[in-house]
Amino acid sequence: MSTEAESGYALELRGITKSFGRNSVLKDVSLSLKPGRIMALLGANGAGKSTLIKILAGAYQRDAGEILVSGAEVDIHDPMSAAAQGIQTVHQRIDQSVVPGMTVAENFLFEDIVKGTAPKVSSIGQLVKLAKPVAATLDLDWPDKKMRSDVFELGTADTQLMLLARALVEHPKVLVLDEPTSALSQAEVERLFDVIRRLRSEGMAILYVSHHLSEIVTLADDLAVLRDGRVEDRQQAPLDMDRAVRSMLSQDVSMEAAAVTEQRGDKVAIELHGVQLLKRSTPVDLELRYGEVTGIIGLLGAGKSELARSIFGVDPLRAGSMTLNGQPYRPTNAHHGVQNGIYLVPEDRAKEAMLPKWTVSHTSSLPFISRFSPAGVIDFKREKVHGQGILTDFAVVSTGPDQRVDALSGGNQQKVVVGRWMSGDPRIILLDEPFRGVDIGARHDLSAKARQAAKDGACVVVLSSDIEEIEEVADRVLVLVEGHFVLDRYTTEVDRDTIVASMSEEKANV
Amino acid sequence: MSEKPSAKTAPVVLPAPKEDNPWGVRAQGAIVKYGFIAVTILLFAYFAATQPAFRTSTMLLTMLKLASVTAILGLGMTFTMTVGGMDMSVGAQAGLAVQMSAMIMVFYNMTASTAVVFVILIGLCVGLVNAFLIVVCRVPDLLATLAMMFVIQGAGLIPVAGQSISSGMTMTNGHIAPGKVTASFRLINNGNVGPIPVPVIIMLVLFVVGWFILSRTKWGRIMYAVGANPTAVKLAGVRVGLYRGLAYVISGFLASIAGLIMVARIGQGDVTAGSTSLLEAVAVALVGTSVLAIGRPNPWGTLLGTVLIIIVVTGLSMMGQPYYIQDTAKGLVLLLALLFSYTLSRKPMRFVPATNITQFKEENDG
Repeated sequence: MSTEAESGYALELRGITKSFGRNSVLKDVSLSLKPGRIMALLGANGAGKSTLIKILAGAYQRDAGEILVSGAEVDIHDPMSAAAQGIQTVHQRIDQSVVPGMTVAENFLFEDIVKGTAPKVSSIGQLVKLAKPVAATLDLDWPDKKMRSDVFELGTADTQLMLLARALVEHPKVLVLDEPTSALSQAEVERLFDVIRRLRSEGMAILYVSHHLSEIVTLADDLAVLRDGRVEDRQQAPLDMDRAVRSMLSQDVSMEAAAVTEQRGDKVAIELHGVQLLKRSTPVDLELRYGEVTGIIGLLGAGKSELARSIFGVDPLRAGSMTLNGQPYRPTNAHHGVQNGIYLVPEDRAKEAMLPKWTVSHTSSLPFISRFSPAGVIDFKREKVHGQGILTDFAVVSTGPDQRVDALSGGNQQKVVVGRWMSGDPRIILLDEPFRGVDIGARHDLSAKARQAAKDGACVVVLSSDIEEIEEVADRVLVLVEGHFVLDRYTTEVDRDTIVASMSEEKANV
Repeated sequence: MSEKPSAKTAPVVLPAPKEDNPWGVRAQGAIVKYGFIAVTILLFAYFAATQPAFRTSTMLLTMLKLASVTAILGLGMTFTMTVGGMDMSVGAQAGLAVQMSAMIMVFYNMTASTAVVFVILIGLCVGLVNAFLIVVCRVPDLLATLAMMFVIQGAGLIPVAGQSISSGMTMTNGHIAPGKVTASFRLINNGNVGPIPVPVIIMLVLFVVGWFILSRTKWGRIMYAVGANPTAVKLAGVRVGLYRGLAYVISGFLASIAGLIMVARIGQGDVTAGSTSLLEAVAVALVGTSVLAIGRPNPWGTLLGTVLIIIVVTGLSMMGQPYYIQDTAKGLVLLLALLFSYTLSRKPMRFVPATNITQFKEENDG
């Protein structure tokens, strides 16, 4: 057994192996984290990142392998023991880490409450006092009123910061951050990065898991790439991201987005007049055209989903009106949208598009089940052919149309969900954060399909908070800030700095 | 690194997973899948071996005839559980059908066919009210139908001042009731086609139709989808409310048919009719979800569940066991089924909001 002096590592993983039933997820994974350094962990969906994190957090037990903290072998069998060994994890799904119905202060003190170290009987005022030092680890100076409110009333960003503060109060040696920026605005990301850099300078070892290559370039000192449960690449700064992406995908995918051959449409598909997107926002007008891909960039809460859902018909407009092909259009439910050839790929795939245990062919036929059901009786053969068609068309990795969608990787799930709508001759297709939790290979495939649909005459709208994604897919860029548009240009006429500037300028004015 | 880029050009078809389970895992799988059917057959064999009366050729048909009411109510329950709900008012609806058909024939001296038509219409109306409360007023399924259960139980007794209806009784206006439950009406229960009793035929027809709707038609497909994830179905452009409502109308229709068979069986109205039916219907539909480890409500499972319960009840009463033992036995059957699906099954089963049953594996989330 090595000593700390010998190894100098804060955390070492040696030969970690884990499988679920027949499915081998991690195969002999070894990683070493040094104190005062940030290691980025990259991997396509299904590469085993989440499983590795859960093992470190104590949520899963490894089948084989050793975990060493500061050179000493440790036993991690549940979340408590992980914390006791100085490993803290901030998970991606924040809704699974907070206790709704409890106050912010109580959530700050959650660990203490669970462990029984918090006072058994105490007033909320006392708890707020106890919670303040926890918040102070991140310099969060929140007023008492905020500490007393229900944790559900906190925004996503604040919740994320609260969870980070909760992890830091334990003075961990190792901090694991799983996609910490996925719900944050640019300003909040900057703030989080400052915190992370400070922690690094204080000697903490940080494992940073992210899909965002630009974040990794700015932040990471070391890098590891997982593919199919194996460590495929290890690097130290300066990082070669091109190599990292290649080893992640095992195929030659250029990091530079393929230059978009611009398509401009001239026929107006849908027009919005005086539409109010958010509770407190000014009315906006908008024209979306056939034959081009419109990319709408906006941060969380800018009104992207509200816009998409109103056009689809699933949520009513707060104010204003719409015209579709010049005719008044007042959808009252999603059924209207679908009947008019307007489709929506929703933001949250698992909750809003997938059915537990359902197969590929059943999932993909659902919106158009009548087409496969002469006189109401389903033609199973035609349905399966349709499912297979989507699998072929979108190059989905699967065992066939009878495989369950939830057994596929994120990228392949999204291909099935997008593919089913594309198979229904869309007139207008709205893709809300279509690349979330999707690996880069699948992202390229989906972008190509979206562009093809526009070429075939559809009005394609991609909504995302990621400029890179929009640049890759869109002909026209719209920037949405707090419910109104601050920029409307064709991609070729505008550069990234202008886009970023338009987003932050407006923030300053508000 | 030597791999050629392939995912871009053609679908990658993975080989289907090989069955290399250790023996124990396979045995467990087999127990979960066939255990319930095995228990049914074993019990049948046991009673047939020990009870001479159980062996007679007509016994099976008699048992199926007895089972028909519970089975049909259970079928309605299967429909409402399919859309992720549960109809707590089926027993009360059957009771209402009993009172109403007796009233139509005994008080108003009308024909059997009038009674049948009216009762079915009433069943559809009650189903529509349930659907309205659940879909339009957005009252949770369980609570809406629970409230309706009480409403119907009481309302069915208002026109008869709380009495059971029998021919020759004194009506609330002082006159003697002119009619009776007619002989032609009683054929619904007592008639035979060849050797097969009419209620068994009704039951089988309804189950075949129910199975066909749920597994072969787009309506059934959508109902299962609604039960699995209503949000996803809504965002697929399907009118979710329509299908949830439809399930309650179907349940109301089936409950009124079950009520018709009941009144044909007892030959008069009965204020207590249907009072024990609710829990039996819930039980058989729940047993049905675990049969063959299907993990979702399905008609054939419901029918098998009913048959098992009736075998147990008949066998015990032939052995001279008192009636209260039968309830315990029914409870044990339900418990056994639940143990099969929740404890023995390697696929975790869970109740998602209210009563919707979904199975899922938490694998492959690497």
